[in-house]
Amino acid sequence: MNITKHASLTAAALLLAPSLAQAEISGDAVKIGYLADMSGTYRDLAGPGGLEALNMAVEDFGGEINGAPIEVLSADDRNSADVGANTVRGWIDQDDVDLVAGMVASSVTIAVTNILKQKDKLGIVSGSAASSITNEHCTPNHIHWVYDTYPMANGTAKAIVDEGGDTWFLLTADYAFGHALESDVETVVKENGGEIVGKVRHPFPTNDFSSYILQAQGSGAKIVGLANAGSDTVNALTTASQFGLVQSGQTLAGLLIFLNDVHALGLDVTQGLQLTTGWYWDMDDESREWANRYFERTQRMPTMVQAGIYSSTLHYLNAVAETGSDAAATVREQMAATPVNDMFADDGRIREDGRMVHDMYLVEVKSPSESEGEWDLYEILRTIPAEEAFRPLSESQCSLVKG
Amino acid sequence: MSDSPSVTAVRQRSARRRLGLLYVGLIVLGLVAPFVAYPVFLMKILCFALFASAFNLLLGFAGLLSFGHAAFLATGAYITGFLLSTYPGLTPELGILAGTLGSVVLGLVFGILAIRRQGIYFAMITLALSQMMFFFFIQAPFTGGEDGLHGVPRGKLFGLFSLQSNLALYYFVFAVFVLGFALIQRTVHSPFGQVLKAIRENEPRAVSLGYDTDTYKLVAFVISAGLAGLAGATKTLVFQLASLGDAHWHMSGEVILMTLLGGVGTLLGPLVGSSLVIGLQHQLSQSPLGDWVSVILGTIFVLCVLSFRSGIIGELQKLVKRNFK
Amino acid sequence: MTTIFGIPLMVLFGQLLLGLINGAFYALLSLGLAVIFGLLKVINFAHGAQYMLGAFAALLGLEYLELDYWLALLIVPLVVGALGILIERFLLRRIQHIDHLYGLLLTFGLALIFEGTLVNLFGVSGSSYPVPEVLAGGFNLGFMFLPTYRAWVLVAALVVCLFTWFMIESTRLGAYLRAGTENPKLMQAFGVNVPLLVTLTYGFGVALAAFAGVLAAPIYPVSPTMGSSLLIVVFAVVVIGGMGSILGAILTGLAMGLIEGLTKVFYPEAANTVIFLVMIVVLLLRPTGLFGKEA
Repeated sequence: MNITKHASLTAAALLLAPSLAQAEISGDAVKIGYLADMSGTYRDLAGPGGLEALNMAVEDFGGEINGAPIEVLSADDRNSADVGANTVRGWIDQDDVDLVAGMVASSVTIAVTNILKQKDKLGIVSGSAASSITNEHCTPNHIHWVYDTYPMANGTAKAIVDEGGDTWFLLTADYAFGHALESDVETVVKENGGEIVGKVRHPFPTNDFSSYILQAQGSGAKIVGLANAGSDTVNALTTASQFGLVQSGQTLAGLLIFLNDVHALGLDVTQGLQLTTGWYWDMDDESREWANRYFERTQRMPTMVQAGIYSSTLHYLNAVAETGSDAAATVREQMAATPVNDMFADDGRIREDGRMVHDMYLVEVKSPSESEGEWDLYEILRTIPAEEAFRPLSESQCSLVKG
Repeated sequence: MSDSPSVTAVRQRSARRRLGLLYVGLIVLGLVAPFVAYPVFLMKILCFALFASAFNLLLGFAGLLSFGHAAFLATGAYITGFLLSTYPGLTPELGILAGTLGSVVLGLVFGILAIRRQGIYFAMITLALSQMMFFFFIQAPFTGGEDGLHGVPRGKLFGLFSLQSNLALYYFVFAVFVLGFALIQRTVHSPFGQVLKAIRENEPRAVSLGYDTDTYKLVAFVISAGLAGLAGATKTLVFQLASLGDAHWHMSGEVILMTLLGGVGTLLGPLVGSSLVIGLQHQLSQSPLGDWVSVILGTIFVLCVLSFRSGIIGELQKLVKRNFK
Repeated sequence: MTTIFGIPLMVLFGQLLLGLINGAFYALLSLGLAVIFGLLKVINFAHGAQYMLGAFAALLGLEYLELDYWLALLIVPLVVGALGILIERFLLRRIQHIDHLYGLLLTFGLALIFEGTLVNLFGVSGSSYPVPEVLAGGFNLGFMFLPTYRAWVLVAALVVCLFTWFMIESTRLGAYLRAGTENPKLMQAFGVNVPLLVTLTYGFGVALAAFAGVLAAPIYPVSPTMGSSLLIVVFAVVVIGGMGSILGAILTGLAMGLIEGLTKVFYPEAANTVIFLVMIVVLLLRPTGLFGKEA
């Protein structure tokens, strides 16, 4: 369906803007570099599965644009900004790469987008969480596709306070990322009439959360919010389940937790957890259809990041085909002018700060008895509309946003 | 040993001449290299070669295995990165100098704590101290935590020459490397270096000869830390960023591997070792074997320790000695 | 309610108890390191990886062989210990006569190999191991809810530590071990098979690490990197305690768990660094460690 759309739009673009068609594809090939953590902490979030999703997009598109082949390169950034930045520099200088996709760890992303700006190439960030990527670190050369901390924290916190969870205890990872998440949540909770009754800042990373869970239990708060990520969140959830936190009447709120985490932890540990996600494989027919194709290739259900990589790559390729150019500014303009309608998003659009805004979903993790299969993990509670989900442009510090 | 003094002198002189020729050849190679290979890649190698050389000064010439050298690399990188991005007027050489000094100070602190113990204890103490620095760098506000420091300006050298282009920066980095390397070379061949070797071979004997061995070791440690900081500071300028990866203990392990592979206690070993390790990582990261980087590095480690302890340069030297004596 | 520095005494008890449980892991691991170091003079950098292998073996055993927790607790240390024996026999032995730092480097390489391989096979998200049914649930101690499993960990770890200590201090085998530590050549002359003793000792130390790994599996997520960060803390514990005595390793491990537990209440930001700070203070006052002998 994307193919037919692309064909008709291409025809339209050719008729409407003949001058654009003369623009050229550099190096006679469209080269996409996939940069992600292939072996470390974030391997399961994007990793090799993301590369598979990217390849699916290229295959579905037909493998070439106006006779120019689409080539995919990939590299492991090992979560190191050095390695990531260096790889991308090399890709652009030596291999003439046009688009960098993937990008997970925020440190790598910020480093890479700086280089993309210098070299005037395009990047689509699918894996990173930091909302600063399209705020103070925004550039005209990248787009942030799937999610960021703003909807993850705000969406979850607001929904929970609305449902009566008005006293909070926060477990915060003690570094910049955790602090940002913590202050986002605090603001939302207070604005909606809730109260923060206590918080503890734990070192990053922490192995044993029992002490902090005990403090959370002692606080008497209804909601225990986890303003941390990755292995810290996972450890905190496991410990909370052992100490009977949920059984004693408190509810956990994970602010940054993904499908692969829930899958790895199991429903026994995570049941009842509320979280926000940008996409879920079992949302609708389109998402299921794509997810099943993905599953056949990888034996895992896709995370929202992997789905976003597929969606964003197709959107990019369509834009390249329509403009006949792979110059960053031209393609980005075209991408922003076209709404995103596919298995990932309905009427998603790219704002001037590079944020792709689309509906987000508040979900609750199913209990083992409700779940009907290995990957039947979420129940969607509510759709958070795009305008409400993301940081409004009026609060933006991005230099591209005209105040 | 049975040669007459004059024969030995002649041989030494010709050996020195050969070594001189080798250095001249390497410098010419270094000057031409950026026209053949990708300059950023070469700069990375030079930075790590300097880092490994600094580490080797300690392990190869003083017999001290530090498992915490990442802390110095990171300190140099962070201080330089922070200063250059916060004070736009600061010239790059001053930023690098400040980073190096920061590492010198940290080296002094680490040294005072660790130098009293030898061997394995020394390794564990340096590892633990550097891990503490890792946690400090995560929490400290000026490092950018997990995100790191980004967009560090390359600036103008002495306020005059722009380092914006990769080629210009390459020659600057090359000059830094040559200076650092020359300093190590001078240190090793100075009387101070001879005492270090004596301590490495037999510390009680050096003590009985009246040397204050702790002070000698401490000075060596501080020089090594400072040069590691210099490498980190220069690296920040090249990549325009400083990140937690520099401070992680894996980095301390990598520098050991580079030195071991190239040849512990040889001057050129670290250069060869770091070129190989970085080249390998670069090749692997873009191949299907990319996921196996750490397994492959681990295997090289094991093989080096089991049957290749002199490293590449060390084995070559043996070969030369055997065949051209 | 009685309070200390604004913290209710009862809450403090709870935190101390939790600290002690973490300390039990430090004690088990530093004990293994100490036993190995005593005879081989090698710091086993692969100790963290072997602890991780223990946890993984339990997990995989449960998944594929339906090996239950109690059998795993018995069998896994034997299997991983056997792996240790192979490592000693075919790798470490080849370098036993050169600088012991090479032993550290060799085991470091092994740790990279083990970790890297498991990351590739199982990813890094970590999986959870179910708490055995008998030990599920917990007690309400009045001042806190203590999961039964944690209580079991404390008891099991202490029993194993004390048993090891008793073995080394009071049995003939232990006497050989201590004598071998002092003077291996003389022992060989007395007709004791020292190479065998060395091999078995390494195997035993590794088995201790694997035992700790199985114990940890139901508490911490089982992931390939679970051992490496813990190991550096244990190194600091070892430096603090000094490598002089078995009992020293156990006591220091427990004490550091308590100190860390208190830090988590009074100044949680420093919880990761407090042990390193203690290490610095100890190094300044007693460079050989609390229980160490002059090297």
